[in-house]
Amino acid sequence: MAQAERPPSGLSLTDLAGSPARRRKESLVARAFFGIAAVSIVISLLIVVSLIGKAFTFLGQVDLASLWSEGWFPRRSLFDVRTVVAGTLVVTLIAMLVATPLGLGAAIYLSEYAKPRLRRTLKPILEILAGIPSIVLGVFALNFLNPEVVDRFLCGDASFFNLGGAGLGVGVLVTPLVASIAEDSMRAVPMSLREGAFGLGARKRSTTLNVVFPAAISGIVAALIVGASRAIGETMVVALAGGATGGALFSIDHCQQGQTMTGAIAALAIGGDQVKGSVAAVNSLFFVGLLLFLMTLALNIAGGRFVRRVRQKY
Amino acid sequence: MATRAGKLTTADVVRRNLHKKTFDARSLAFEAALILMLLLSLAILITLLADVARTGLEVLSERGTDFVQTGLSPIASRAGVFQGIVGSFLMMAFVGLIAFPMGIGAAVYLEEYATDNRLTRIIDVNIRNLAGVPSVVYGILGLAVFVEALGGATGGRSIISGGLTLAILVLPIVIITSAEALRAVPSSIREAGFGVGATRWEVVRSHVLPSAAPGILTGTILALSRALGETAPLLLVGAVTGFFTSGDQTLVEQLRGDFVSLPTIIFSWARQPDTDFQALTSAAIIVLLVVILLANAAAIILRNRYERKW
Repeated sequence: MAQAERPPSGLSLTDLAGSPARRRKESLVARAFFGIAAVSIVISLLIVVSLIGKAFTFLGQVDLASLWSEGWFPRRSLFDVRTVVAGTLVVTLIAMLVATPLGLGAAIYLSEYAKPRLRRTLKPILEILAGIPSIVLGVFALNFLNPEVVDRFLCGDASFFNLGGAGLGVGVLVTPLVASIAEDSMRAVPMSLREGAFGLGARKRSTTLNVVFPAAISGIVAALIVGASRAIGETMVVALAGGATGGALFSIDHCQQGQTMTGAIAALAIGGDQVKGSVAAVNSLFFVGLLLFLMTLALNIAGGRFVRRVRQKY
Repeated sequence: MATRAGKLTTADVVRRNLHKKTFDARSLAFEAALILMLLLSLAILITLLADVARTGLEVLSERGTDFVQTGLSPIASRAGVFQGIVGSFLMMAFVGLIAFPMGIGAAVYLEEYATDNRLTRIIDVNIRNLAGVPSVVYGILGLAVFVEALGGATGGRSIISGGLTLAILVLPIVIITSAEALRAVPSSIREAGFGVGATRWEVVRSHVLPSAAPGILTGTILALSRALGETAPLLLVGAVTGFFTSGDQTLVEQLRGDFVSLPTIIFSWARQPDTDFQALTSAAIIVLLVVILLANAAAIILRNRYERKW
């Protein structure tokens, strides 16, 4: 009998290792899943390679002085980087001026003040707002915000396309994102902290502002950074309401037409066929894309670092 | 009463303070400001919907189903969004077939298989950063890779290129939401599987994935609706901004030929100065919003219904 040859315990390690076929299948599946996960690295590399290659081709093709001229007019070989960066900063600033009070206010109310039932109705509505595509907000900014809000209330005589309307539109787009991240981080603050404050006789307002808010600060700052990064990268609102025609003079006036990095890319993409004479114009798209990629990447990394450094473990 | 010779006892003071009607103007102002912020956010949403409905519903009620059954045209009264619906639908098929299996697979690797080493951390950070890359940059990627480098296979500026670009765009979102759903499955479920001798893959397939399915499904629906509304990458990959006719093409010709999607039609119509096209833009927005909001509502209801506390 086979049993008689076995060691006293009756089992050896090979008996416990399972059938070879199952183990082979298991390691095959594990390797397949690893391969799929590694694709994300390939995608990142592709992004970087496709941006950097042509961005340097572009820098070789143009006169470097044209990167610091009076405006962004690819067809006239004027690629003033200041114009598009300034336009992006103006739009982002206006967007954050809208999204910070609206987003944080809504987040604080939902997290600290709203009764559970109200919260269950309001939160999905905010999520619906977050689901509205940017093209819809772009049309809204062009047809409503530009004439009815910017022209009427903010500027006396705004141009038809203006950075102000684009900034407001982007702000509306970013608000639910800021609200949702900030609300999550405030709800993650343990109840015992609030109870401790109430026990000492603190009011709701001081508990919220002096206990919950500081405890959730890492998430709140992260919400604002992610929001700003999203605002910088937002394309369609700007392309429709800010500077649809492609070129623009250097301007930081929110009442006037301007051009952002994303808007410039979109304008080049749709006008691409008409600028056959200038290869540099098409390649400038990659250069601006690289700039945009690096800016948002820096913001995202800074946001991640900040969260890790400040986050408190409860 | 408890007063002794007009003096208050401690108990009286405490009672009085507990029952005192405290009127604190600053607290009230703070709460009012918060409510105002919330209401303002909702008011913007309502204004947006009202503005779209005001200009768009007329066209929809006048044209009826004709609007979604006819193709693009330079004449406003004959223009419809049929090609956009077909284009969007076909690209969503690419997203579903490519981004979903890959995203869920990557999430399973990160949550179930990966050990905590350098490579895993790099992949994890990389995916989080990819999720923050602006969509227009994915468009540039699509232009460089799918339109130019792989133009022979994809047909250049085509639905295939657009679909692949959108699939890559939502991949990080699918991975992150799926990983979250997998993380929410308690380890006791896995341990029970291992305890009866199942291999890791058997545990994942028969226990972890089914338990995480509602969460994964919610994430994938949200990713799909995100892809459905994306415009900028498609402009770069070469969606037509004018109009074109699509007659009796085979599916392959359609996949490799000129294309539009619902959002790119909205973009090109919104740029027309003609007021007729403004009404058409709003009508197309209504069609897009109905599809996207239905998908989002389904995802939210699904999540609230199956949200499980272990």
